[in-house]
Amino acid sequence: MLAQARPTLRAEAPAAVESAPILVELRAVTVRREERTILESVDLLVREGELVTVIGPNGAGKTTLVKVALGLLAPSAGTVRRREGLRIGYAPQALVIDPAMPIDVLGFLALGGRRPRDELEAALAEVGVAGIGRRQMRALSGGELRRVLLARALLRRPDLLVLDEPLSGVDLAGQLALYELIGSLRRVRGCAVLLVSHDLHLVMAETDRVVCLDRHVCCSGSPETVARDSAFLRLLGDRVARVVALYQHHHACRHDGSDERGAP
Amino acid sequence: MIDAFVLRALLAGVGIALLAGPLGAFVVWRRLAIFGEALAHSALLGVVSAHLLDVDPTLGLVVFAALLAAALWALEEQRLLPTDTILSTLAHGALAAGLVLVSLLDWLRIDLFAYLFGDILAVSDSDLAVLLVLSLLVAIALGRHWRGLLSLTIEPDLARVEGVPVRRLRLLLDLLIAAAIAVGMKLVGLVLVVSLLVVPAATARPWARTPHGMALLAALVGTAATLSGVGLSLLVDLPTGPAIVLVAVLGFLASVTAGRLRELRTRAREGRGGLAGEPARR
Repeated sequence: MLAQARPTLRAEAPAAVESAPILVELRAVTVRREERTILESVDLLVREGELVTVIGPNGAGKTTLVKVALGLLAPSAGTVRRREGLRIGYAPQALVIDPAMPIDVLGFLALGGRRPRDELEAALAEVGVAGIGRRQMRALSGGELRRVLLARALLRRPDLLVLDEPLSGVDLAGQLALYELIGSLRRVRGCAVLLVSHDLHLVMAETDRVVCLDRHVCCSGSPETVARDSAFLRLLGDRVARVVALYQHHHACRHDGSDERGAP
Repeated sequence: MIDAFVLRALLAGVGIALLAGPLGAFVVWRRLAIFGEALAHSALLGVVSAHLLDVDPTLGLVVFAALLAAALWALEEQRLLPTDTILSTLAHGALAAGLVLVSLLDWLRIDLFAYLFGDILAVSDSDLAVLLVLSLLVAIALGRHWRGLLSLTIEPDLARVEGVPVRRLRLLLDLLIAAAIAVGMKLVGLVLVVSLLVVPAATARPWARTPHGMALLAALVGTAATLSGVGLSLLVDLPTGPAIVLVAVLGFLASVTAGRLRELRTRAREGRGGLAGEPARR
């Protein structure tokens, strides 16, 4: 019923995910601020267990879209629906801890909710940074901070993980490792992931559906479809598109040979 | 045998110091020192208005502090201008209005001096009662909402997604800080009152590893400064408010210096260990 409104998605989304219940749905969402249109009639749909990636250049309204989906920002027009009782784990794009704030990693994790110490330690181990619980938050590297934010989001046992630029402030090797971590978390936990990134070639391989955003939805569909879409090519230029094509090749190889993805 | 007025002064001082510790930590974390200055500026308008309406001047102070806190809360929702700009504007507006009122109402005789510099030795039983009630309120509010208040201080969007009522708690915190400042003016006056909040928290910072550790340590530091300030003023006959603040600031300088020295020592040790032990780290 809901899928009828979006024939492209129905055509491109993997069949296994197609029938899954909807977690978050944005319809014709428009956000204006001081005469400037930040988002124009944007549709976004996340189903149970799906990995949806929103990509777009700087200023495309990606973070605004995330805030609307999270309910932090009311749209000027359009509707937002979240499944009742939906538990969201959110990792914001930036976290700046004031120098005057003394807080260690365990203390930071406990801000998300009162939980026993061993549960907090287990969450740190799950994201691959076991044993940093007593380090001060300000002493963490970019990659460690990303993982701690992920751990705080996971502690809520989310149905949906919302990750705003989860690779920012991380070097290339760290980006790949983080990306693998997000993929494995999704497989183990079975939660849906809404991921926002300006970084195409790293994100696209594991994603079910890509939404290419530039204030409006340029195009959306499977990574393969979007990479071929003329609107996407225009938006991001030929050079980036070639890189994406390369990565897509890699992705296809892995799929034919050893499929690590595991059916949802 | 201690005189009753000295006992009241000590009780009031310790009470305010205990309040100001944790609230001051939030003032430092949220960079609201200018908020305190704004409240102090608006005090004159509050006092004049109270005289006009023939009500207790302290009540006028508290009401104006609460109004300013509400204004801050409403204005923080917009993101166009930085908070310190807004507060500075509000404060000077209130100060200008107070001065205009004082000059228009030339029949009004106000002892401005008491509000400027405070008089802890003139603390009355009813002042103590107000302080006790406020202390209980602060203790209950901070105890119940500690996690949410910290969470919104560190990252408000994340706090909201996790179900913290960010707007309500921020208003609560602003009101508590405003009330603490209105009461603290009794002690050291509006010129110095902000130091009661900021200085103990800043003194505690180098030695704290957790937020609650910093808040509790700030309460202890403030209490020690108040007791020694009152003691000094009795022994050497100094003005009490400035004596308290001076002791506190000297303690702050000692703390920051010691903290910096410790940091340099640790870094020197880690530098040597790093070269020998794990050269490839980071």
